[in-house]
Amino acid sequence: MSPKGIERLLLALALSSVGSLALITFFIFWEGLPLILTTGPGDFLFSTHWAPTKDRFGIGAMIVSSVVVTLGALVLGVPLGLACAIVLAEFAPLRLKQLLKPTLELLAGIPSVVYGFLGVLWLVPLIREHLGGPGLSLLAAALILGIMILPTIISISIDSLGAVPDLYRDGSLALGATRWQTVTRVVLPAARSGIITAIILGMGRAVGETMAVIMVAGNALSLPASLLDPVRTLTSNIALELGYASGRHREALFATGVVLFVIIMILNLTAAAVTRRR
Amino acid sequence: MRLDPRVSQAVVLSLLWALTGFTLLILIVIIVNISVEGLPRVSLSFLTQPPHDMGRSGGIFSTLVATAFITALAIAVATPLGVGTAVYLTEYTRESWLTRLIRFGAECLAGVPSIILGLFGFVLFVLKLGFGWSVLSGGLTLAIMVLPIIIRTSEEAIKAVPEEYRVVCCSLGLSRWQTIARIVLPSALPGITTGVMLSVGRSLGETAVLLFTAGAALRTPVSLFDSGRTMAVHFYILAREGISLPNAYATAAVLMFSILGLNLAAYTLMQRLMRRFS
Repeated sequence: MSPKGIERLLLALALSSVGSLALITFFIFWEGLPLILTTGPGDFLFSTHWAPTKDRFGIGAMIVSSVVVTLGALVLGVPLGLACAIVLAEFAPLRLKQLLKPTLELLAGIPSVVYGFLGVLWLVPLIREHLGGPGLSLLAAALILGIMILPTIISISIDSLGAVPDLYRDGSLALGATRWQTVTRVVLPAARSGIITAIILGMGRAVGETMAVIMVAGNALSLPASLLDPVRTLTSNIALELGYASGRHREALFATGVVLFVIIMILNLTAAAVTRRR
Repeated sequence: MRLDPRVSQAVVLSLLWALTGFTLLILIVIIVNISVEGLPRVSLSFLTQPPHDMGRSGGIFSTLVATAFITALAIAVATPLGVGTAVYLTEYTRESWLTRLIRFGAECLAGVPSIILGLFGFVLFVLKLGFGWSVLSGGLTLAIMVLPIIIRTSEEAIKAVPEEYRVVCCSLGLSRWQTIARIVLPSALPGITTGVMLSVGRSLGETAVLLFTAGAALRTPVSLFDSGRTMAVHFYILAREGISLPNAYATAAVLMFSILGLNLAAYTLMQRLMRRFS
């Protein structure tokens, strides 16, 4: 094959990821957008009435649930993840860091169904007995997701802390600052964009997670009034009903996918923009 | 009153170490629990017998076959695409709008949640192309899911090959493609293998994609067009429908240890590669 031919072939292969992304976008919107337009975007997004048999499709409650569950996950995941990252990047001896970093990254390898399973076995009964409610709840979903986003937050934060030049630390220490003062006033501000990226990507993971959430969130259709109420997120709505939906009902699930896809893309673009500014 | 910085450092540090310890504890508890409850039930007959009575008794043989079949297909499709992309990005172009577009596409694809990929695979492969719920639909959708992993690791591996190798090849009169095929790719092979192993690990744990593309038939798939229930999907159904807690635990143990083993092997391989070139 001629050199030019090889280059063309490689370019074609290289366009596969962009091509897949374009196909995914096209098909999700093609299947989902008509229903959003016929229902009316306002009605689809803000109504909390979801009754496929009565041709009523409003995903307001699910949007609220997804947002609250994700924020809850951040409340747990961000402090824990940042604490781990700071300890490992700034304070742990090198040997310990080399051991713990891969170990914590193993958390990412545990499949989401396993998290959901253990959530049902341990967390749900714990919440039911000590806090009340059915146990399957917004709180359970937020806690499980908080743990699931830890590897994302930890590994990206460690990398961005590691990218801060040692000269900064030396300078600060030489001025008489303690190591903790150095971390809060010099290292963290310098690594800020990386840490923000870590949090945004963790958020994306939490919004998009499906199986673990289905198992522990209870999947009720109503708007949650408390943390102990069962909720249904955007992702669980799709996964729960796609198996048997047809016609407009199926279109409505793709429409739910459109909303989810737009949220995820906004998060990804924000993360990319933050990284580029660095 | 201001606290002595050294005192506040000591207080904060003990808190951070405690949070890190807590995170590690979560990981340890998960792994220990699955091992203790699941491993004793894993035996040769559990692995080699088909499930009976919806999985209430018997083993997981058919799910192992389905998992292997679907994963192999995904890897077979994604590896040439991913490695080709990496070669194109590193060896054939300079940074331009095109490389930025390709990288951006891969990055965004990595952020697409699995339920969206499931929706996409369902509409394109299962419905439009008429593959039905099958190994083929599942494998192709998974290939898109792991593509970004293979691109990223291959790119890193190819970049790690020292520039001198290429210079020497060039001075010996080898063409660019000969250099890549005979020198660069073989040197980068361990890194590329790492990406493949991580992709296999990711595929093993995936549920949301496969539920809507490969289906959940318990029969052993023998052709590309048969539906197949993978280990992760089987575990999800066992756990969610409360079919059998012991079998769910045993399946989870096989699943988790395969993934952790693969990730650990991939990590070790990458470390060795990095050491060789630095």
